[in-house]
Amino acid sequence: MKVLFDHALREGAGGLFPSSDVPARTPSDVLGSDLVRARAPRIPNLCEGDVARHYTALSKLNYGVDDGIYPLGSCTMKYNPKLNEDVTRLPGFVGAHPRADEALSQGTLGLLYELSGLLRGISGMAAVTLQPVAGAHGELTGMFLFKRYFEERGEPGRTRVLLPDSAHGTNPASAAMAGFSVTEIRSNDRGTVDLDALRAELDSTVAGIMLTVPNTLGIFEENILEVTRAVHDAGGLCYFDGANLNSFIGRARPGDMGADVFHFNLHKTLSTPHGGGGPGAGAVAVSQPLVDYLPVPWIEKMGETIRLDWDHPKSIGSVHSFYGNFLVAVRAYAYLLQLGDAGLRAVSENAVLNANYLQERLKKTYPLPYDRLCKHEFVLSGEGLPNHISTLDIAKRLIDYGVHPPTIYFPLIVHEALMIEPTETEGRESLDRFAEILEAIAVEARERPELLHDAPTRAPVRRLDQTQAARNPILTYPFDKS
Amino acid sequence: MRYLPNADADRRQMLKSIGRESIDELFSDIPEEVLAKFEPLGLAPRSELEVLGELTRWAEASDAAKRVSLLGGGIYDHYVPRIVGHILGRSEFYTAYTPYQPEISQGTLTAMFEFQTLVCELTGMEIANASMYDGATALAEAVLMADRIRKRRRVAVAANLLPQFRRVLATYAWAAGIELVDVPFDASGRCAWDRAPHDVSGLVVQSPNAFGVIESLGGLKAALGDTLLIVVTYPLALGLLEPPGAFGADIVVGEGQSLGLPMGFGGPLLGLFATKGEYLRQLPGRVVGRTVDADGKPGYTMAAQTREQHIRRERATSNICTNSALCALAATVYLVSIGADGLRQVAELNLAKAHYLADGIGRLKGVRLAFDGPFFNEFVVRLTEPASAARRRLADAGFLVEDPNELESLGVKNSLRIAVTEQRSRKELDRVLSVLGGKR
Repeated sequence: MKVLFDHALREGAGGLFPSSDVPARTPSDVLGSDLVRARAPRIPNLCEGDVARHYTALSKLNYGVDDGIYPLGSCTMKYNPKLNEDVTRLPGFVGAHPRADEALSQGTLGLLYELSGLLRGISGMAAVTLQPVAGAHGELTGMFLFKRYFEERGEPGRTRVLLPDSAHGTNPASAAMAGFSVTEIRSNDRGTVDLDALRAELDSTVAGIMLTVPNTLGIFEENILEVTRAVHDAGGLCYFDGANLNSFIGRARPGDMGADVFHFNLHKTLSTPHGGGGPGAGAVAVSQPLVDYLPVPWIEKMGETIRLDWDHPKSIGSVHSFYGNFLVAVRAYAYLLQLGDAGLRAVSENAVLNANYLQERLKKTYPLPYDRLCKHEFVLSGEGLPNHISTLDIAKRLIDYGVHPPTIYFPLIVHEALMIEPTETEGRESLDRFAEILEAIAVEARERPELLHDAPTRAPVRRLDQTQAARNPILTYPFDKS
Repeated sequence: MRYLPNADADRRQMLKSIGRESIDELFSDIPEEVLAKFEPLGLAPRSELEVLGELTRWAEASDAAKRVSLLGGGIYDHYVPRIVGHILGRSEFYTAYTPYQPEISQGTLTAMFEFQTLVCELTGMEIANASMYDGATALAEAVLMADRIRKRRRVAVAANLLPQFRRVLATYAWAAGIELVDVPFDASGRCAWDRAPHDVSGLVVQSPNAFGVIESLGGLKAALGDTLLIVVTYPLALGLLEPPGAFGADIVVGEGQSLGLPMGFGGPLLGLFATKGEYLRQLPGRVVGRTVDADGKPGYTMAAQTREQHIRRERATSNICTNSALCALAATVYLVSIGADGLRQVAELNLAKAHYLADGIGRLKGVRLAFDGPFFNEFVVRLTEPASAARRRLADAGFLVEDPNELESLGVKNSLRIAVTEQRSRKELDRVLSVLGGKR
């Protein structure tokens, strides 16, 4: 596949911008020659048709949710309704400048205000900020809130954050960025937090715990109330990672489980697309004791007017240039309006039913280390297959069958993990087909292992040499060498 | 529910096949006490037609989009070529996940590699990551990175940095225990960097800065010793301006909205992050590299992943995972669509139009430019009448002008900041002049 820099440079294609209706100015006269660019950036001048073909060809090398099942555990790769895309292109939204007066921004501010209200209701918590723009950004905001809370209480010695060993990597990284140290809590043989191990760590140096609910094994912490109570009794706070909210939305609320901070992944739960890795949106809900510390500006209603309120002296400050990813919020709002309460309840019902249906079937073929009722996802192991077949081989063979592999090698507490989240937008037929493929691969592992070792052979490229990519990184186009 | 394919009959059969009596049984692991407290939103489901109507009403209540914008301060009313939306609208791009499976993500990965190359070309740097959330968080990460390298727990920051960058930086620096030291600006509106302290990990300057003034970076790097130079840039202006890399910048960050993204009420945005090759191991975020597949055919994959949270956890260079990939694709398509020549042309249009207006303002009574430093497409006007009165007259004439209180927060009184992009016509600019000149 050509990169665009492989195309021949030609004279300017032009035609996008009109010629100037004001007198042209010579840049070096206006700015002085030392400020003016000496060498033009090497960007090819192409015809529009060339550009369209180049990126259309690239798009065909990708696999998206519209291509088929995308069972990436923890990522909730569900269908993204087309309406939600179209409404983000409405002129009143795309053309809104974030510095325009409040009086001229009532449509955009009003939508954000309404969405915060709905998210507050879904979380059962006291207040919501829409500023964080990704799950990890929500986590970081949450850790900032922890830090400010203990500063205000005069307890700067609370510097440790507890994390289950099944936690996603962003959790410890977020805690560290906010200046906390991390202590891992082991899981028990049921895959949930070991209460004794937790209690042993709880002391006056603990700021709190970060939990993923349900956890990354897809298991709901049945002792969630004991866990949050124990942390609160020790003077700590409870952070809930909301990546897996689609497993209980519409029937249970983190606020009723003892959460002090809860982040939403609007780009997972509320069906805004992932965009090949972003942008997302990581709205954060908090319990009453943390409200004063939320990022500024707050979006508040005064009479009939929605206002930006900066006057919150205890706030942690801002975590984004403006008000978060507005156009992602628009998609989430449209999705919520379409679903309503009944739809939200149907989301969790189908997410959990689909996962349990697949789990029951696939555990006959692959080891299921934690064999119990799951929520929206479950974790199989690729261990124990003959002929040195690894989970990576299974994943690559799935590509040859034309489906996206699950999340692999995570969570770390399962060897050769295959973390499967079918999502609620797959139907039974799709699940059956996916199961049949995984079953066929298990047969191939015994009978024709080379099919797995060599996979993929039907993708745009075969397995890529990661070692070379790491040892001799080529991170930009080698103009000078080509 | 039209997004959920299982029919009642499917669900009954699926329940039966897993040996469960009811849907409620699937939620029996959630404590009863929690389930009992649940309260619905009181939200009835709506049809697509109704939701479209509702969202259209919200969009039409956004009056700002109907006015003629003179707003800037980091977000600008630039033209987005139509092709950008069409490419971004391909669901193979927008419905894909982070490219953890490179064999079926070559589209995203190739475009990211192109993006990194373009960012390096624009900024004059050696390596760039695949994007950050926005310019402000990119700056915060740059400061954290500089302090990881120099470890002095203090960073100097030009006082003429745009406030939204400063606010976000302040939050991150507070949490990381890094002290920020202000460096004042002079009468030209430029950073007086000779007054920056020396025992700092880095110096942050923005060019063009919060007043639109282009900083003089020549000689700065040499004067800094081993303090890292962090430059916040405006990428569209780099079609015309000498890139920060040419002045020896160690880290260059910026807001990429000007490269083909709508204003979108301030999000999603695009954080640009570029640095020198020697700092690769300290780089935050995702980066894509070129390699070969098992047949020796070229391909792309995520590279240098041992810096990242999913491998290094609490010792990662950043917690960032989801970034602004689709916005980076927009910037890539934008730059490729306009080409080097188009980029130069659009930058020159901005320069010519902004200077046309500024020159006209210079001929008016009671109004003058607040700073005499060179500017690109944005400048500050000082008034003899109250700034709010002039602003009101411009607003009555259909223009969007920023509230003067932000400039006041930077110590610049009775002034308005005005941005002029390629989208403004001479007719509109003449109207601005007549309103400011007091004519009807």
